[in-house]
Amino acid sequence: MTIAETVRTRIGAPAFGGPQLLGPFVRFGLAIGAAIAVFSVVLLLDGTNPLDTVQLMWDASVGTEFGRNEVLVKLIPFGLCALAVAVPARVGLINVGGEGQFYIGAWAAAGAILYSGAPGPALIPLALVAGALGGGAWAGIVALLRVKGGVNEAISSLLLNFVAIQFVNYFVYGPWKDPSGPNWPFSAKFPGSAMLPVVWGDRVTLAIVFVAVGLVAMFLVLRYTRIGYEARVVGGNPLAAERSGIPVARYLFLAMVVGGAIAGIAGMAEVTGIQGRLRPGISVNYGYIGFLAAWLGGHRPLGILLAALLFGAISVGGDSLQLGLDLPGSTVNILMALILFAVLAGRKNRTGVGA
Amino acid sequence: MRRILPKRGGWLLLFAAVFATLFAAACGGDDDDTPASTAAGGATTASGAATKPVTIGFLYVGAVDDGGYNQAAYQGQLAVEKLPNVKVIKAENVPESAEAERVMEQMIQQGATIIFPTSFGHLDPAIKVGEKYPNVTFLHQGGLKTSKNVGTYFGASWEANYLAGIAAGKVTKTNKLGYVVAFPISQTLLNINAFELGAKSVNPAVTTTVIFTATWCDPAKIAESVKSLKDQGVDVLNQHQDCPGAGIQAAEKAGMFSVGYHVDDSKLAPNGWLTAATWDWTKLFVDLVNQVRDGTYKVSQVRQSMADGVVKLAPFGKAVPKDVQDLVLATQKKILSGELEIFAGPVKDQGGTEKIKAGAKQPPVTELETMNYLVEGVIGKIPQ
Repeated sequence: MTIAETVRTRIGAPAFGGPQLLGPFVRFGLAIGAAIAVFSVVLLLDGTNPLDTVQLMWDASVGTEFGRNEVLVKLIPFGLCALAVAVPARVGLINVGGEGQFYIGAWAAAGAILYSGAPGPALIPLALVAGALGGGAWAGIVALLRVKGGVNEAISSLLLNFVAIQFVNYFVYGPWKDPSGPNWPFSAKFPGSAMLPVVWGDRVTLAIVFVAVGLVAMFLVLRYTRIGYEARVVGGNPLAAERSGIPVARYLFLAMVVGGAIAGIAGMAEVTGIQGRLRPGISVNYGYIGFLAAWLGGHRPLGILLAALLFGAISVGGDSLQLGLDLPGSTVNILMALILFAVLAGRKNRTGVGA
Repeated sequence: MRRILPKRGGWLLLFAAVFATLFAAACGGDDDDTPASTAAGGATTASGAATKPVTIGFLYVGAVDDGGYNQAAYQGQLAVEKLPNVKVIKAENVPESAEAERVMEQMIQQGATIIFPTSFGHLDPAIKVGEKYPNVTFLHQGGLKTSKNVGTYFGASWEANYLAGIAAGKVTKTNKLGYVVAFPISQTLLNINAFELGAKSVNPAVTTTVIFTATWCDPAKIAESVKSLKDQGVDVLNQHQDCPGAGIQAAEKAGMFSVGYHVDDSKLAPNGWLTAATWDWTKLFVDLVNQVRDGTYKVSQVRQSMADGVVKLAPFGKAVPKDVQDLVLATQKKILSGELEIFAGPVKDQGGTEKIKAGAKQPPVTELETMNYLVEGVIGKIPQ
């Protein structure tokens, strides 16, 4: 099978060039509007006033300084995990493996911090590199399977998530378990010098800069560099790309690995910024929510930023549904899922228009 | 370029997977809603308790209708809600990670000055948030350390598990008991060991096989563990899970006996139900809240026992013969009076080493809560 043939079995829609008719903002508004409309019906059936609900979520997430800061805290994993999806998406690859790459990045960062013996000031840069390498290597498995074996990367990356989680569990339940802890599955606490400094509020760490750098870099590379141009050609029409001499396989491989590295950095940012140690369950579906954010944002930097902020607001505001309205804790999952539905439905329209 | 069919299938799969994952957390507590057995009757208002309005936050790691740990604690919350001038806010499904910090901070933003983080892994987040809000009092369930404004409380559920062990040791036909356990922390090890010691006190040949599931509530994993125990010839199931309902149902289906935990789940196993160690937090929660309100609360590790009423033995099922019931109740009297100490020496670990010397009295609770071994007769290893 030639690469072009392999590529042709890829998702049909070139996409990501984006439809001209439906701008990202319109798509955004439609998806959210539809999701909230259906969510309102669910709330009404429960006897809850949807307006109160939206008001409360708004107040809790955007309406207070604490809420706004917490949305920024969430922007870090959501934004980075969305970038981890968007970069491979630009060459036409679907990376559902952000969750696993996140875990392996966190694992590698934790390993570097706890077991490298490096001096304090070197710990953060070292953890950053380790996180990127870990996530990148994990995505590299998917990329290799894809480029060499023609294995569908959406499936392989998704399945590897479960492997990654078990892999990390093995370490925190076993060899890396905190020897001074209560037999509880987490690693030893990181030294203070390994913790990312807080740059805003109480919990927004330096990792917010990683997000900004990632988004800007993506914008610049895609718009102004040859690599960006060729990547877009590969994503838009791999056959034509190959015929014009672009090394398609190399682009596919690199884009996936770069995506994985970004998710790995998200994992590093989580353990060195928020958790302070490696433990099971460090990701609250960050990889999957990042996936949603990337698709909702049309795999474009600005769209991703908006979508990541939106999901941040939903997850922060979601707490208030429990605290303020006494709704069950899983209610916010309904809203998240509805947005997923809306995004997928919207996507179908898009290919109808754009393909 | 047109869409290619298999791709569409791929999308469906993908969609299903993402969807399923997002919902995984929500589906944790999908057992039957078991109405709580614990009555709120124990609630007493301490005389002179301040009646200044107070907001109290409750955090749960799972759903409050999980037929287990969270449901038992929720009964305590309901008792607190009945106090005058108390506003209660609750959050379910709060992970045992930094997520809990945000939830607690949001509660404090809403005016909470007393917070009950009720899951073991909520302790570190509570201590962290507590440093930032020194005027908020945190009452943590089961924690093994305290800080300036974070105290803990728990109960000696192992006492009831010792009694359940007596019933199990008497009714087992294969002399093999099973215990499906979440995490190997000292409090779960105490339960396992007490269960085996209780069973062995009436049936020296009995063993207890342990399986660790590494989650507080994963009904599928529990059911799988029950099946594997059954295959090994185990005929009595005990559990240290937040949501034992799924396991009890699986055991009932497999024709095994069941010992429950946290709440009375007897209706899930009309044939195989033996009894259970259950919680009645109502009085303790109300007392703690009253102490904080009138300023008499001192941060400490409150540990109560069956004698205090925090731990209760659930009603027996029909699978427990009358003479066994009498034996269990007689032993309960001895525990209540202090005549019988469950962890009095000699207590030997799996390797035969005497961990508590012969003739030694039962160590104090603080020391018991450092337990890191399984006793002789328990089969299975603490994951290292």
